[in-house]
Amino acid sequence: MTTTTTTTAGGIQAVKPTVGSYVRDYWGKVRGGDLGSLPAVLGLLVLVAIFGIARSDTFLSAFNFANLFNQSAQVVFIAMGLVFVLLLGEIDLSAGFASGVCGAVMAILLTNEGLPWYVAIPAALLTGVVIGLVLGSLVAKLGIPSFVVTLAAFLAFQGVLLLLLSDGKNISITDEFVLALNKSNMSVTWSWIVTLVAVAGYALAQFNRYRSRIKRGLIADPIGIVLARVIGLAVLLIAGTYILTQERSINPVINSLKGVPIVVPIIAVFLVFWTFVLGRTTYGRHVYAVGGNAEAARRAGISVDRIRISVFVIGSFMAAIGGILVVSRASSVDPNTGGSNILLYSVGAAVIGGTSLFGGKGKVIHAVIGGAVIAVIDNGMGLMGYKSGTRFIVTGLILLAAASVDALARRRASATGS
Amino acid sequence: MAATPLLELRGIDKSFGPVQVLHDVGLDVYPGEVTALVGDNGAGKSTLVKCISGIYTIDSGTVTFEGKQVSIHSPREASALGIEVVYQDLALCDNLDIVQNMFLGREKKSGIILDEATMEEMAGETLRSLSVRTVKSLRQLVASLSGGQRQTVAIAKAVLWNSRVVILDEPTAALGVAQTAQVLELVRRLADNGLGVVLISHNMNDVFAVSDRIAALYLGRMAAQVKAADVTHSQVVELITGGRSGNLGLPPEKPSEFIDITPGDGQ
Repeated sequence: MTTTTTTTAGGIQAVKPTVGSYVRDYWGKVRGGDLGSLPAVLGLLVLVAIFGIARSDTFLSAFNFANLFNQSAQVVFIAMGLVFVLLLGEIDLSAGFASGVCGAVMAILLTNEGLPWYVAIPAALLTGVVIGLVLGSLVAKLGIPSFVVTLAAFLAFQGVLLLLLSDGKNISITDEFVLALNKSNMSVTWSWIVTLVAVAGYALAQFNRYRSRIKRGLIADPIGIVLARVIGLAVLLIAGTYILTQERSINPVINSLKGVPIVVPIIAVFLVFWTFVLGRTTYGRHVYAVGGNAEAARRAGISVDRIRISVFVIGSFMAAIGGILVVSRASSVDPNTGGSNILLYSVGAAVIGGTSLFGGKGKVIHAVIGGAVIAVIDNGMGLMGYKSGTRFIVTGLILLAAASVDALARRRASATGS
Repeated sequence: MAATPLLELRGIDKSFGPVQVLHDVGLDVYPGEVTALVGDNGAGKSTLVKCISGIYTIDSGTVTFEGKQVSIHSPREASALGIEVVYQDLALCDNLDIVQNMFLGREKKSGIILDEATMEEMAGETLRSLSVRTVKSLRQLVASLSGGQRQTVAIAKAVLWNSRVVILDEPTAALGVAQTAQVLELVRRLADNGLGVVLISHNMNDVFAVSDRIAALYLGRMAAQVKAADVTHSQVVELITGGRSGNLGLPPEKPSEFIDITPGDGQ
């Protein structure tokens, strides 16, 4: 293949990328240890294929597909927040119970105090922000390792949750708005409108970027790759919407069930928002910088402490949303909301998706992809009749595999780089 | 060359508790010249650099920059004047690309969005002005660069901001032969572009290869500041190790005053 060189960005000679060279570059990056979410995406396809063949009647049903989103919402949200914490090489072990505490705050205000949702939900979110501020300050200002701070908070929040629920009483909620968040679906019309707007928005953003870079004489991704991205996303979203807008109720006459679950656009909005923050704003750039080399960031005039506190605030804020959604789905909150395996699944989701435990490497989309892997394992193995013991073991092994990929990639990168 | 120094230090004193690290140090940095700052370990090179860059504040003495007396209290104030330091450990983020590293902490924005295109153009122009043609892409991660390329990026980062004085702390310490030559060439080019360059180095070959002036520190005192053409290799080594060489350097009795600060020498 012939390569044409071009002069760009103030006179630096560079090879003009073609689709072929782009693919080769990507492959080079993968071989150099920069795998991103590739293993998770491949793993997801393999898992779906296995469960699809083994339980084609139940696993592949539209009902189950919709169910996966509602089931995994809490883990996905906590994991999205954890991506920020992990980017600094820190950890938040308390995110699970923090989400439980925030969910409980909302439930108490709704049910016990009789307040409307537009008071209860902000109160829950504020609780999350305050929790994050405290944790972050302890880590950044006092210099206590985040592992210890959040381990202590993990125990303490478990206690707070028990006390809030007066020693373990369930609180059920009846607020329709809150229940709709993680239980209801959009109408078929709205489902399609939202899908088409999302596809159009993505296409517009991609082409605009391409055009403006070309106009300024900078190297842009080849147009073939841009097209492939847009078409890929369009096919994925339209196929998903098509499946979800099918009737999935067993008895449609009594209770029709179709449309994209409302939680899907909620996840999408936060995914897009945080991806924008990490990729396109100074704040996001500084998060990566602190995660990559805190000393370099400090010398560049970045307030490392403030960044460190902020990621814990984002982590706990996202955990609070996860808490609201799980309470919505269960219609109630109990002392184990956000407990048991929720936190570990969330850390697992972020890491399986491709976020590095060593800091500096990760994207918000990793939380969603990893969350999907975990939800599929849990759901698929459940449908195949495996006991939860086996499910935990398999999930644990997959997390271990993902962490090994991360560690090996890091060794590989340090061997090939510099 | 230029008659007036760009940066002029006079009578700089700096103590850490009871230990006086710098005694009455003077230093002139001329535009368009490379001034090598040499001295043995513990002579006070790093302390002097940190005083210039605002990490330490000086106890007494004057700093004159472009003819005006200034006081520098923080690295930010130093950068604002146009004084940049490239530290030995480079201070680059491996997980960011070349452009992102060069603009770290001083990103260009349009609204709240990072203006990647402008930053890429400026980074490209800076690298071209330094005649750097060794990077494959400006969007390459720094992790994938060689030691010499990383040093290049660190230096380019320092000159991106119309800086006037660039201080390089041991830029060739960790590099191989070919890369050392590359970096020295770049150091020379900085001076040729009109900047005042301070080069800290232990390597006499490097010092004589690029510098116009040599300033030798000995036990916290400026032993001599001479033109590189006027001295020999061995004279500089004598200045570093003994503080004097022939009629150059500190008067003979001076160093004995400081014998008492070396540890284990009694009261």
